[in-house]
Amino acid sequence: MIRTQVLVCGGTGCTSSNSPAIREAMEKAIIENGLSEEVKVVQTGCFGLCALGPIMIVYPDGTFYSRVTVEDVPEIVEEHLLKGRPVKRLVYNDTGDEKKPEGPVSLSETGFYKKQLRLALRNCGVINPEVIDEYIAMDGYAALGKVLTEMTPKEVIDLILASGLRGRGGAGFPTGRKWLFAAGGEPGTKKYVVCNADEGDPGAFMDRSVLEGDPHAVIEAMAIAAYAIGADEGYVYVRAEYPIAVKRLSIAIAQAREYGLLGKNIFGTGFNFDINIRLGAGAFVCGEETALLTSIEGNRGEPRPRPPFPAVKGLFGQPTIINNVETYANIPQIILKGAEWFSSIGSEKSKGTKVFALGGKINHTGLVEVPMGTPLSTIIYDIGGGIPNGKKFKAAQTGGPSGGCIPASLIDTPVDYESLTAIGSMMGSGGLIVMDEDNCMVDIAKFFLTFTVDESCGKCTPCREGTRRMLEILERITDGRGEEGDIERLESLAKTIKSTALCGLGQTAPNPVLSTLRYFRDEYEAHIREKRCPAHVCQKLARYEIDPEKCKGCSACSRKCPVGAISGQIKSPFVIDQTKCIKCGTCIDTCKFGAISKN
Amino acid sequence: MKSLEELAAIRNKMKNRVVLREGSGEIRVVVGMATCGIAAGARPVLNAFVEQVASENLSDRVTVTQTGCIGICQYEPVVEVFEAGKEKVTYVKMNAEKAKRVVEEHLKGGKPVAEYTIGNN
Repeated sequence: MIRTQVLVCGGTGCTSSNSPAIREAMEKAIIENGLSEEVKVVQTGCFGLCALGPIMIVYPDGTFYSRVTVEDVPEIVEEHLLKGRPVKRLVYNDTGDEKKPEGPVSLSETGFYKKQLRLALRNCGVINPEVIDEYIAMDGYAALGKVLTEMTPKEVIDLILASGLRGRGGAGFPTGRKWLFAAGGEPGTKKYVVCNADEGDPGAFMDRSVLEGDPHAVIEAMAIAAYAIGADEGYVYVRAEYPIAVKRLSIAIAQAREYGLLGKNIFGTGFNFDINIRLGAGAFVCGEETALLTSIEGNRGEPRPRPPFPAVKGLFGQPTIINNVETYANIPQIILKGAEWFSSIGSEKSKGTKVFALGGKINHTGLVEVPMGTPLSTIIYDIGGGIPNGKKFKAAQTGGPSGGCIPASLIDTPVDYESLTAIGSMMGSGGLIVMDEDNCMVDIAKFFLTFTVDESCGKCTPCREGTRRMLEILERITDGRGEEGDIERLESLAKTIKSTALCGLGQTAPNPVLSTLRYFRDEYEAHIREKRCPAHVCQKLARYEIDPEKCKGCSACSRKCPVGAISGQIKSPFVIDQTKCIKCGTCIDTCKFGAISKN
Repeated sequence: MKSLEELAAIRNKMKNRVVLREGSGEIRVVVGMATCGIAAGARPVLNAFVEQVASENLSDRVTVTQTGCIGICQYEPVVEVFEAGKEKVTYVKMNAEKAKRVVEEHLKGGKPVAEYTIGNN
């Protein structure tokens, strides 16, 4: 009889930090200690606290171990599993309070988890995603059973409409309305259900984690959607760069077929549905729904004009609904717990929760899920653990290359669709990148625009040519060649691109520039007028100077300078010739007296 | 999958396996498993609790777990039962047979087995 289960994270983050070897060592040590009848090792999806991986949790006591190594395994087995004494030095018990508790605390008491509400991630880090029985034990496929045996398609759509669920891919379109559009038409029309798992924003990994940690939730929800609109075939479009997600999804689909939860005559109701996987080759534009459909059809991933919308004329010209992974992950629970339950969570117009991938200058890099309307400050300080090295929060970027930034003055903004749009940012798919005082906002805008220029498919002129012109202006500004009028030129280009580009990629590409201009215009002006980068990031605007008070005249920097820009007399202060200096920074690294500064 | 009954059967069979991960039940049974406890025979006691709790379908509300040395080594194996709102019950000099009776009378029946408690030994 199993009395203890050891959960080892098998998400991409922990896998990269060697969790498979830890799992293996654990299984071996358990056998060696004669515990194989009592203790079981379970591989799970992402727990969320990726910064502290590899993560291991021992149940039923719920002891949370972080940064476990293979060398720690014998000690955990002998001390904890055999003798019941948790290995204190590995226990993570940061509750976010001033005084740390003595012993281990349960997961839900740690500062990182305390204010989270995990709905879409409810099974991530709890079940083994490669075992369908564990999903079923958590009420898996009960929602599909209920829908097929007790509800009409119209009742399903009404329930989703009433729940207030909106698309988690970024735009926030009401999911029920989308289903309603596709539900009509001639009976017998071939229809499709598509899952958009082409997560392309830099720094975003919400969808990957759901597919890795709870793939059956997505499969079940797609089957429910298919029943609601009258489809019998589905596609999951997932990036080939997500090998673990693809593997677990493939295993899950095979298991569901074996159990008859996909295929013909599901639950004996005469309902048929099956799912295919399509791998994306990593083009950002393929996350745009019409480009994604074009790519599934076997063509080059280019967007097509809307209307007609996919719900009317989608995949292979047939009515199609496309929802994001996280949107689907919410659906089985809405069916089981009801629309009222779901709509009681969140803010007035944004219901439920949202998953964010926290990254950048933040202590707890990882995956978090909070009720809609949670203030940004709660996510950054209470859950995220604040900014490392005592630095000051400067801004957060949401929505990736399509989104915008939220400055420190607006840090209490509730995070929901309306509030973020009102301040010139957007919800986006859930990437949340935190920046501190050492980040230059012009440089950040340049980073995102470089990304969109690379990823522009080239089909329409505003995006192909316009974003490149904007990038050239930004490069000029950060190189110290900015001119008066550049800001106005950027704004005018941005306006044109937003209103004329063919698809979402182009229409939103100027957002990072517009939103940094809105809140950090003074930084642009400092670059252009004073040829100065206030955050000291833009290398070409840097100015290295020797403080004559501190300089001992040792000549070390002068000998290291690759262009001979530093000269002087031994034992008297040296001087940097600014016309020769190439801003390489070698002199700063060489000086033993801290006499050289970068401004 | 031909019926909802089949699905429910799998769910019930597997529930015990995942319920462990849902955190603590209303009642926590803690077995002292330090060197002294193990030497005195705590492992069969722990296993008896785990098995009985599962076979009596109490897994939803009873969590069986282990701890280190409780500090009364001469009384090992020691088992403590915690229940919210009630005083802690400490059982001493336990064995697998006694464990079965505790599950039956205390965890299921709600009445502590007085003769095994520390006060009576």
